[in-house]
Amino acid sequence: MLRQAQHDNDSMTTEKQQALSELALRVREHIVRLSTDGGCFTGASLSCADLLVYLYADFLNVRPDNLQDPERDYLFLSKGHDVPALYGTFAELGFMPKERLANHLKSNDSIYWHPNRSVPGVEFHSGSLGHLPSVALGVAMDAKLRGQNQHVIVITGDGELNEGTCWEALLVASAHKMNNLTFVIDRNHFQANIATEDLIPLEPLAPKFEAFGAVVKRIDGHDFAALEEAFNGLPFSQDKPSVIICDTVRGRGLPSIERRADRWFCNFSSEEITSLLQELHSQEATKLTSETLTVR
Amino acid sequence: MNYEQLIHETALADERLLVMTAENRALIRNLPGPLGARFIDTGITEQTLIGAAAGLALRGRVPVVHALATFLTLRAFEFIRTDVGIANLPVKISAFVPGFLSDGNGPTHQAIEDVSLMRGIPGMTVFAPADEQDMLAMLPAIWASPDPAYVRVTTRPATYQHAPFELGKAEIVSEGTDITILTYGMLFEQALIAKDLLTEAGYSVGLVNLRSLKPLDEAAVLNVVRGGSLVVTLEDHFQTGGLYSILAELLLANELTAKVLPLALKERWYKPGLLSEVLEYEGFTGQHIARRIGERLGDGEHTFGAKTKVIENEFAE
Repeated sequence: MLRQAQHDNDSMTTEKQQALSELALRVREHIVRLSTDGGCFTGASLSCADLLVYLYADFLNVRPDNLQDPERDYLFLSKGHDVPALYGTFAELGFMPKERLANHLKSNDSIYWHPNRSVPGVEFHSGSLGHLPSVALGVAMDAKLRGQNQHVIVITGDGELNEGTCWEALLVASAHKMNNLTFVIDRNHFQANIATEDLIPLEPLAPKFEAFGAVVKRIDGHDFAALEEAFNGLPFSQDKPSVIICDTVRGRGLPSIERRADRWFCNFSSEEITSLLQELHSQEATKLTSETLTVR
Repeated sequence: MNYEQLIHETALADERLLVMTAENRALIRNLPGPLGARFIDTGITEQTLIGAAAGLALRGRVPVVHALATFLTLRAFEFIRTDVGIANLPVKISAFVPGFLSDGNGPTHQAIEDVSLMRGIPGMTVFAPADEQDMLAMLPAIWASPDPAYVRVTTRPATYQHAPFELGKAEIVSEGTDITILTYGMLFEQALIAKDLLTEAGYSVGLVNLRSLKPLDEAAVLNVVRGGSLVVTLEDHFQTGGLYSILAELLLANELTAKVLPLALKERWYKPGLLSEVLEYEGFTGQHIARRIGERLGDGEHTFGAKTKVIENEFAE
């Protein structure tokens, strides 16, 4: 299992990178399959698939069999619309049966466009942006009160950083010296349907977090070795929260939809799903005819 | 015993209880020392306060959060609804200076839609004690309950010896065949004066201190309605969404009707000033309440005594 090879200072082995890449490919297959019959937030899910795969398969002390352990690590997915990546990861790692994904948007289950706690492993529901930084802060505060040392991680989108409450929570986390709290930014460079820098520019981003009292690292969010190096360095300071900005590509893995402002939410035909799955494996771009959807 | 002593004692007896504030320490000024890390001040951040309280409750804590009623229920509304409400977490909201109690602050600080907003959240319970004694009788049961709770805090001294509190039960002060005043919160004090003035004028007057708006003591209210008296809903709240609406919903659900006089703020914020000025100007002193009820009954005879003397609030931010 991947976990056994973790937390050493050597650079990641080729075998481990290969195993993580294969797992990420299976998660991307789930994301593509969820992108029909109503669709899902495909582009936003593909950008953070590698990040979630790395965290759950390797870094985090969270497993299907320790979810009741109050000393386990916590991951809060504040950017809730990328839940297909989370559910794909959970299905592959045994948190939920893969068959449950077939219940997407069906009333016989609770698998919908944003996460909820009926799925084991989901720590808190999200959907409204800018909420889970403060919820994660509360959990990190309780861990400190109890003298526990686990990681509390909150993943936000980059567009989500428009919400003032992300910054408010970081300000409070800095004031309370929350070194057990880590903000991870899925920096895929898009808001809902517009490039971040064309609407509400975020750059220079790292100095903003530093100005709010955090220690920041910026990495390629699709590079497993870089992810490992960054996360193994946590906490970056003994008296400050940490921030890891993961530069990612919206739609990563499917060249036909990569970096496209109009591929945030996708609802493809079954023929397109077949050809997107081929594209995923061959890296040969698919020709899409589905109407794009503007949701926000 | 005051609020601070009660929460201190409760926190010592129950390690789940945490005291939190968005830099509103009026009620809990002396607790940072004794409670140490279990006293959490997030600064002027009502949204983060509520989100963090949800996170703490997720881990088994019972956070009692303190800030001004208006900023909690309005600025942080979505956090209360989405983080506390959807997860149904036992976050206890101590809302300071609700209704007329924000007296001189002006409309930015007037929480007069709070009951309406909070009762609209599934699972949220809503309480409004009449005075400090009433509040101290109510809080232990509210904090011990597994439900999220919103409490309209008042520290005004009691002018009435209250009955013991039972969750979801109203306090029946008197029953009347001519008039029954239903009220909650700080206006109970004025309602009691109005009741005496109306009684002196020869009316049979009932008075109910609702204490809990959600759950509502439906049996007690239906009993009042079936008694056939004029029902007065008295509240320092917008007329929309508060007690008048609650009564209307109850009547409709039970296929009943009643003669009802709403005394509330209709489509307007109130004139800011010292509490005595506010109550006098807005017509909510004991004497004004009695007069407005008398008018509704076509009473041209009584003046209902002299101007009511109102004890001012102490300023506390």
